[in-house]
Amino acid sequence: MRKIKASQITEMVKRLFLKANYYIGDDIIAALKSANEKESSEIGKSVLGMILKNNEIAAKEEIAICQDTGLAILFIKLGQEVNIVDGSFSEAINEGVERAYVDGYLRKSCVTDPVIDRKNTSTNTPAIIYTDIVPGDKIHFLVAPKGFGSENMSALAMLKPADGVKGAIDFIVETVKKAGPNPCPPTIVGVGIGGTSELAMMIAKKATLRRIGEHNPDTRYADMEIESLRRINALGIGPGGLGGNTTSLAVNIDYAPTHIAGMPIAVNICCHAARHAEGVL
Amino acid sequence: MVNVIKIKTPLNDDTVLQLKAGDNVLISGYLYTGRDAAHKRLVDLIEEGKELPINVNGQIIYYVGPAPAKPGHACGSAGPTTSYRMDPYAPYLLDLGLKGMIGKGLRSKEVIDSMIKNKAVYFGAVGGAAALISKSIVKSETICYEDLGTEAIHRFLVEDFPAIVIIDAFGNNLYETEPPKYAIE
Repeated sequence: MRKIKASQITEMVKRLFLKANYYIGDDIIAALKSANEKESSEIGKSVLGMILKNNEIAAKEEIAICQDTGLAILFIKLGQEVNIVDGSFSEAINEGVERAYVDGYLRKSCVTDPVIDRKNTSTNTPAIIYTDIVPGDKIHFLVAPKGFGSENMSALAMLKPADGVKGAIDFIVETVKKAGPNPCPPTIVGVGIGGTSELAMMIAKKATLRRIGEHNPDTRYADMEIESLRRINALGIGPGGLGGNTTSLAVNIDYAPTHIAGMPIAVNICCHAARHAEGVL
Repeated sequence: MVNVIKIKTPLNDDTVLQLKAGDNVLISGYLYTGRDAAHKRLVDLIEEGKELPINVNGQIIYYVGPAPAKPGHACGSAGPTTSYRMDPYAPYLLDLGLKGMIGKGLRSKEVIDSMIKNKAVYFGAVGGAAALISKSIVKSETICYEDLGTEAIHRFLVEDFPAIVIIDAFGNNLYETEPPKYAIE
């Protein structure tokens, strides 16, 4: 067993949340620049220009790209030969989140309960932690602060197997159309198909984190991604929802085996500030 | 090249009525901030017939929950939040003379009707351009509801705050007029 100290986990989580909130990925910047060149709307171009400038300022001054620094989500692959010592796994993660949000001047957006008190926890914890146990003696971290302008536009449908490719694409496009300007377009659209209702949404969330330009290795699903993106960008919603050809930068579809009787499909939209960071201990 | 109009708060009817959907504006003066929680408190007070902690007459409310300020900064990143969540509350404040709202995203028919009736404007700021926008905030102070943290009502002194008129006081709505121009099929 390889020993990893809880304090190392805390340090790693803190570092990754700071990085994610200050620096946008180079793939997103490249996609925004290329969209800016192709955008035919004057207003759309000016919105894309402001977003690019914003991301430069955030990185240079190490301040939050967006004030909504999100709920803290972590996808962790925990090697089964790792022995965590000197503390608890989840406490170490939450401490890392708290330190990032408190020390890094990030907004604390988490409330205690959703309906009655809605009192801010002041630490941006608890984090939402998904852990897979995998072979090996390392811990892989993928962190994603998720803002709620886009999260609030999520949708789930339990389609019939007969709905097929067309039904799936129609649902994806309809969800983006309904969201209109609300999720801060240009967006990245994550889609999870199959599994059960909750697995579909998890897959959709993770799909928003895929590198722009990469497609599903199954060409039939890659074709669905391309067709969905084409139809979404034909909607005319545009940057900031103010009209244009750039409504989404990517549609990323992932799937899981499902039941003979169903075809669950979940859409999770992420704004252009698609923040995430990875690290390994 | 798009025309840029400089405006100063507080706003009067003349200024409001000159603004047209699609105008780019640079706003200077004071803005009040407010999100869901602060709006709920204000509207509760109005329904109880009590006085509000701020006078909204002629003012602009910016829908934002800023990030904390780094030392040496007037304000942390401060982009707009999605406006529809304030729709149930906005008409109460418009009836009290609120002249402008800054946010992003769609508004309800009730809000737009109230804007026409009360002569008010809905400005859009670019969602996610929070670091850039924070550069136009010269000063930030907490006015009330400090217990709400980022959701407290702050007063920003702004200089050339960049926004666009999305819905004007005549009900013209950029979200309805612009996208169809770029829709294909």
